[in-house]
Amino acid sequence: MYLFRLALGSLANRRFTALLTVLAIALSVCLLLAVERVRSEARASFASTISGTDLIVGARSGSLNLLLYSVFRIGNATNNIRWESFQHFAEHPRVKWAIPISLGDSHRGYRVMGTSPAYFAHYHYGRGQPLRFSAGRAFATDPFEVVLGAEVAEALGYQLGERIVLAHGVASVSLVQHDDKPFSVVGILARTGTPVDRTLHISLAGMEALHVDWHNGVPARGAGRISAEQARQMKLQPKAITAFLLGLHSKAATFALQREINEYRGEPLLAILPGVALQELWSLMGTAEQALFVVSLCVVLTGLIGMLTAILTSLNERRREMAILRSVGARPWHVASLLVLEAFALTLAGVLLGLALLYLAIAASQGYVQSRYGLYLPLALPGAHEWALLGTILCAALLLSALPAWRAYRQSLADGLTIRL
Amino acid sequence: MSQPLLELADLGFAWPGQAELLDIPRFRLERGETLFLKGPSGSGKTTLLGLLGGVQTPGRGSIRLLGEQLERMSAGRRDHFRVDHIGYIFQQFNLLPFLSVRENVELPCRFSRLRADRARQRHGSVGQAATMLLEHLGLPAGLLGRRADALSIGQQQRVAAARALIGQPELVIADEPTSALDTDAREAFLHLLFAECRAAGASLLFVSHDQSLAGLFDRSLSLTELNRATKPVEI
Ligand SMILES: Nc1ncnc2c1ncn2[C@@H]1O[C@H](COP(=O)(O)OP(=O)(O)O)[C@@H](O)[C@H]1O
Ligand SMILES: [Mg+2]
Repeated sequence: MYLFRLALGSLANRRFTALLTVLAIALSVCLLLAVERVRSEARASFASTISGTDLIVGARSGSLNLLLYSVFRIGNATNNIRWESFQHFAEHPRVKWAIPISLGDSHRGYRVMGTSPAYFAHYHYGRGQPLRFSAGRAFATDPFEVVLGAEVAEALGYQLGERIVLAHGVASVSLVQHDDKPFSVVGILARTGTPVDRTLHISLAGMEALHVDWHNGVPARGAGRISAEQARQMKLQPKAITAFLLGLHSKAATFALQREINEYRGEPLLAILPGVALQELWSLMGTAEQALFVVSLCVVLTGLIGMLTAILTSLNERRREMAILRSVGARPWHVASLLVLEAFALTLAGVLLGLALLYLAIAASQGYVQSRYGLYLPLALPGAHEWALLGTILCAALLLSALPAWRAYRQSLADGLTIRL
Repeated sequence: MSQPLLELADLGFAWPGQAELLDIPRFRLERGETLFLKGPSGSGKTTLLGLLGGVQTPGRGSIRLLGEQLERMSAGRRDHFRVDHIGYIFQQFNLLPFLSVRENVELPCRFSRLRADRARQRHGSVGQAATMLLEHLGLPAGLLGRRADALSIGQQQRVAAARALIGQPELVIADEPTSALDTDAREAFLHLLFAECRAAGASLLFVSHDQSLAGLFDRSLSLTELNRATKPVEI
């Protein structure tokens, strides 16, 4: 124990270099832990982009494609689903609720999704959180009402009552505007940190009304046109949708129903389990995420090598210190242990400071990250994985310290009591 | 004739890759004796002191301290033996700058149980022993808690002397401890050192290139005469 006192005293005597070394280690540790926390939270929050939904059903194509357009609003469906198919499964005895999804239009880069009021009741994300309105209400019977995702409202500065025009298609240039049928904003959803924030929600009737006078992908001209007022009087029943989400009475029935849907004779359908598909998608992005981890490991290694350099350079100017210790009875292994202890103390201080920095950073950015990226970074104590990382860093430091320890050992044997400058 | 404290026989030593530096047929130091060993710088005085403490091992010959042969001991045992029985004072920079004066004096007791026990026996506690020694050596009590490098050179040498003496080692080895002091301070320091060695019953082996101090010692020797290894005279 007295050796520890000596090591700390000697370090305090070189406090400037020691402080810099500790700082370098602390920053690298903080970075590593931050990356780890963001990584695991991103994985968790990615996995909970959608929750409570048992099956996602679309026209038969790839499962990733279906997941991407139905949940992430990326890409397009290759085919539509007939309304009868949706109704067939929505009324299936095992099905508790069904949410239709109809895609294809956009507004200034944001996707427009036609759906039913069931969406606001049954769509869940995160750890089973329902959608909430930060202002207004869900769309009602009037087909020209729109509910905005939080990001859409914020980025475009829309308020309740605003009248907006949707565009046909999802390309960003030269879109045909549905300018004859403006929508009014009746609701704005609270932030979820999921793709819901970037979506404009209208009723299926609204979606139908937009396209009621379209034929073969082009709007009618002249006398063929149907005004918004005329459309309101019509029966706006869609003939097709893009996909639908199903919640079941019992999870146990999921696989049976999935098979039933996949073997449906009405038309070729594909049902996927959101959890499995999300996992698949995440593993595609795994490489980038692992690269990030490796880079932050390298940063930690750099910090440790910095410490090694600082200790090694100090050895020569500390020959006198070693010789004095030898003259008062320190054995060469005492001298070696001093250096190991020194490395340990520096790294431990670095790790602790790194943890403090991490918590400070999390406390400072928690709210922002949560609302901006939907990542909830907990101020929790380090988990087993993080402890293991920190332990590994300490072990690596001890391992590295063997080098200066060995040199000091040799040096103190060679120098003996002859203190030469 | 009683057994001497220290006895060398046919000692030979060379640093790796260098010519033989020391070749000493015989040398004795009696118990309680103060001996002045003179030699020009570079003549191997410090090297000899390292051999006597078992920090280096001789190429040949034997070193007997308190009847035990140092060169036959294991390295670890030698280290123990040294701190148990020898106190060292160097030319200068004797102290660990980051420790307090008191902690510097107590250092040998941290590594030697024997000396810690003796200090306790005589003064009640290691801390008390340090306080007493420093007081006897004329260091103001207010300095005990100061960092060692806050002291003047003269004060530092007294602290070093107190450290060499704590726990009553049988031998005090002083390697030109006065060369950084001015003439008046030198004699004053020596008188304090003698008094404390006498009080502790320690022998004193004092090496220096400065002949003027020789008269104060029981006995005086010249290393160049003692040492058969021929050495070109340094300018
Ligand atoms: N640790 C060492 N390693 C190698 N050579 C040394 C070492 N210490 C001293 N020497 C050599 O031994 C010779 C005597 O040195 P030293 O014993 O310090 O003399 P003195 O103390 O009388 O001035 C010098 O020439 C020096 O080069
Ligand atoms: Mg010397």
